[in-house]
Parts: sequence; C-alpha cells; structure tokens
Amino acid sequence: MQALTQIDNFLAAIGRSVIGICAAVGRVVIFAAIAISHMVRPPFYPVEFLHQVMRIGYYSLPVVGMTALFTGGALALQIYAGGARFNAESVVPAIVAIGMVRELGPVLGGLMVAGRVSSSIAAEMGTMRVTEQIDALTTLSTNPMKYLVAPRILAATLCMPILVAVGDVIGIMGGWAVGIYRLNFSGATYIQNTIDFLQPIDIWSGLVKAAVFGFIVALMGCYHGYSSGRGAQGVGRATTNAVVSASVLILACNYALTELFFST
Amino acid sequence: MTGTPPPRIAFREVTKSFGPKEVLRGVTLDIPVGESMVIIGGSGTGKSVALKTVLGIIPHDGGTIEIDGVAVGRTRRDDFLSRFGMLFQGGALFDSLPVWQNVAFRLRQGRDRLSKSDARDLAIEKLRRVGLKADVADLFPAELSGGMQKRVGLARAIAAEPEIIFFDEPTTGLDPIMSGVINELIREIVVEMGATAMTITHDMSSVRAIADKVAMLHDGKIRWTGPVDQIETSGDPYMDQFLHGRAEGPIEAVR
Repeated sequence: MQALTQIDNFLAAIGRSVIGICAAVGRVVIFAAIAISHMVRPPFYPVEFLHQVMRIGYYSLPVVGMTALFTGGALALQIYAGGARFNAESVVPAIVAIGMVRELGPVLGGLMVAGRVSSSIAAEMGTMRVTEQIDALTTLSTNPMKYLVAPRILAATLCMPILVAVGDVIGIMGGWAVGIYRLNFSGATYIQNTIDFLQPIDIWSGLVKAAVFGFIVALMGCYHGYSSGRGAQGVGRATTNAVVSASVLILACNYALTELFFST
Repeated sequence: MTGTPPPRIAFREVTKSFGPKEVLRGVTLDIPVGESMVIIGGSGTGKSVALKTVLGIIPHDGGTIEIDGVAVGRTRRDDFLSRFGMLFQGGALFDSLPVWQNVAFRLRQGRDRLSKSDARDLAIEKLRRVGLKADVADLFPAELSGGMQKRVGLARAIAAEPEIIFFDEPTTGLDPIMSGVINELIREIVVEMGATAMTITHDMSSVRAIADKVAMLHDGKIRWTGPVDQIETSGDPYMDQFLHGRAEGPIEAVR
C-alpha cells in the first residue's frame, strides 16, 4: 500500500512538472505572439527601435568580432592537426569557412549576444517592473509591449544576421592569419580556396540561424524581465533565467535548424 | 429631465484575489466630480490594488468600476487613460529619459502630439508649477533627490491636465518638511485644476492636507467614509485605532 502511494506521489510530481513546463511554454508563446502583433500594428516607435539597434547591434560588434577572430584561428589549428593525420592539410580554408559560416559564427555569436543582451534587457525591464515604470507607461497611454518589447525583439532579429555576417568574415580572417603566419599557407590560395568552396546555402543558412537566435535572445530577455518578481532577488532571477533559457534555446534551435538545412 | 450626475469614480462590490488571498472583498465607494478622496489603511490592505484596478493595470475579479456612470473597459483604452494622471509611490520616472521628456512623455504620443520644442516648453512650465527650475529639465532622474523626483512625478501627472489624478503614497520616503511641501502642492494643483483626486496614504498629515473626504480600507472592505473634519469624531473603532496609532484595537498589529 505504501509502495503504491509512493508511486502515486512520484507520478503526480512528474505530472506537475510536465504541466508546469507546458504552462511556461504557453506563456512564452503568447508573449511572443503579442510582441509580434505589435511589430506590425501602429503606432511605431522608430527612435526607440534605432536606440535598440545601436545597443543590441552596434555595441555587440566588439564581443562578436573578438569571439569570431579567436575561434577562426583556433579552428584553423585544429583542422590542420586533424587533417595532417590523413595528409589533408589543404582542407583547412574550406573547413574553417564552412565551420564558421554554417555553425560557429551564428552559435557562438548568439551565445555571446545572449550573455550580453539578454541579461541587460532582463535586468532593465525587471527594474522597470519593480519600480513601477512599466505601470507608469500604461497610465501614460503607452502600451509597454509596443514601446519596450517590440522594438527590442525587432532590433535583435534584424541585427543578429548583420553581426554574424561581420563575425563570419572576421572568423575566416582569423583562420587566414593563422594559416599564412603559422601554417605556411599562401595568402592568395587560402582566400581563393575559401571563395571556391563556399556556396550560397552555407551563407544564408547561417544568417537564418542568426535571425532566429536574435529573436530568441531578445524574447527571453523581454519575457523574463517583463514578468520579473519583486525586489532585487526577482530581478536577479529574471536575469539568470533569461541568459540560461536563451542559451539552451539557441543550442536546441541550432540542432533543429541544422537538421532542416542538412539535406540542402 | 436632470437627475443627479453619476459619481466620477464608483466602486460597486469590487473584489480581487491573488491566488487564495482575497485582497478586495467587496469595495463600494463613490467619488463625486471635483472631490479629493483619500483612502487610508494599513500596509497590505489593498489600497494600491484598488487604485490600480481603476486603471486596468490590475484587472478586478468581480463587481464593477464606473467612470461617470460607464463601466471601465467599455470605452477606447487610449481615450480612457487620457483622462487620468498618476503620481507613483517611487516616482516611477523613466531612467533613460531626461526630466523634460519624462514630464512631456504623454504630450509626445498619439495623434495630437506636440512638437519637440512645444513639449519641452510645456514641460518646463509644469516643472515651474511644482517648484522646480528650468535647469532641472535636462538632468536625468538619477541626478535628482527624492523630493525633486516626487515633484517631477507630479509635473508628469498633471502635464496633460487630466480630469482625474491618482496619488499613490505621495509622501513616502520624504522628510516631514518635504512631505508638507508636496501635500500643499497636491492640494493647490487639485483645487486649481478642478480635478477629481484619489490618494492612497497612511500618512495622517497628508490626509488632513489633501482630503475633502476620507475612506478607511481594512480587510478588503471600506470600514468608514466621511468628511475629513469628522475623522476625529467618527466613532468607528477601526478609524480611531488607525488615527491614534494604537497597537490595541480591532486592527491586529503584527508584532
């Protein structure tokens, strides 16, 4: 009898967790749907959007650029070491290019921006929630979803592909620098191999991933900040949850998108 | 046929719960046009919740709230909100905007928005009205003292000349002299604008300075309501205990 009760409690605990996860997913989906609906309905806030483009896009360039540069360099060394086992050192330019453009550029860029932007958005909006600034916006006839959330998500979604494109170029240049100064490749041959090997699908699949990751980064920051609990602890928790959930979602979506693009 | 005009704000058996906790348990209260009503009560008795239910920031569960006889939610939201101004407890000024843009925020929204220069001029005029100089206009809220932030919040609340103004704990965190100044300003502005005011406070000096009428909220219900000059002689044990700050009485004090 006691064993049955324990099994019952165990199943109930699993059930509660599943219901909790479903409810959380539902809340995020509804939040995202409302945010998207506000992106396409006036009034629009272009000044706020441009402000977020600067903050999310422009000021993230150094972080994404440095990440791509060192990743490209390290990738060239690793591929050279691996390729040498099969006498295939010449594949370094091609694999660095495809690795950066299809995978590492968007994923590492997304994770770095998640750390920088998701946390910042969640902390800012959480503080606005706690200090009643979001309520104040409502009393001033301004919809917070339209004024705060929509411009951030739109800016991140549009800026991430540009950031990742710049990061891809810097990453390939990092591989090129290591290739010619450390691995004795010819500079012109390296670049020619890169250009010859890359196909349009490699580039646009990476940029589509970047746009999705940008959306996730801003959505998680806004959602957790907007629904932040009270006090400093609530804002701290919102910030942590934003970064963790954005990072996990980026990795999960990366796999799903890679599967999608795998056959192409 | 001319009847008695409906109250500007009317609560009818309004209820609100957060999970199992019943915060409002049937609040009924009328606030006539042009009257300054102060709602008093201990911390956590639902005063701020009552105020936010009117604006729809917190949706109420049961009962009705009417503005000029029309239930809230029946009119276009922007038109409805344009009738209100609100001073928040902590000011709730937007950190990222300079003072003048905070004050002129509403004036820069919507179809009839003012140009930048007109909005700035009007913001400076409102700042002067609350006793602040024009050179404050370009500062950011973080650069202001608590009293100055309250004044800026007050200027923002009155910038669009609303018909109804809400004051949520207007003197919390201020010293007694600054509290007196803010109370006087609120009274002057409400009389001058002819606005209907609803103030939430547990500061009795604010009650005496601001109120035409007082309502006592306890345990989710209005326990007593009457003119401010009758609070001393109300005969209501809840009101008496609150007024004299006694630990003994029907209101349970958590020690």
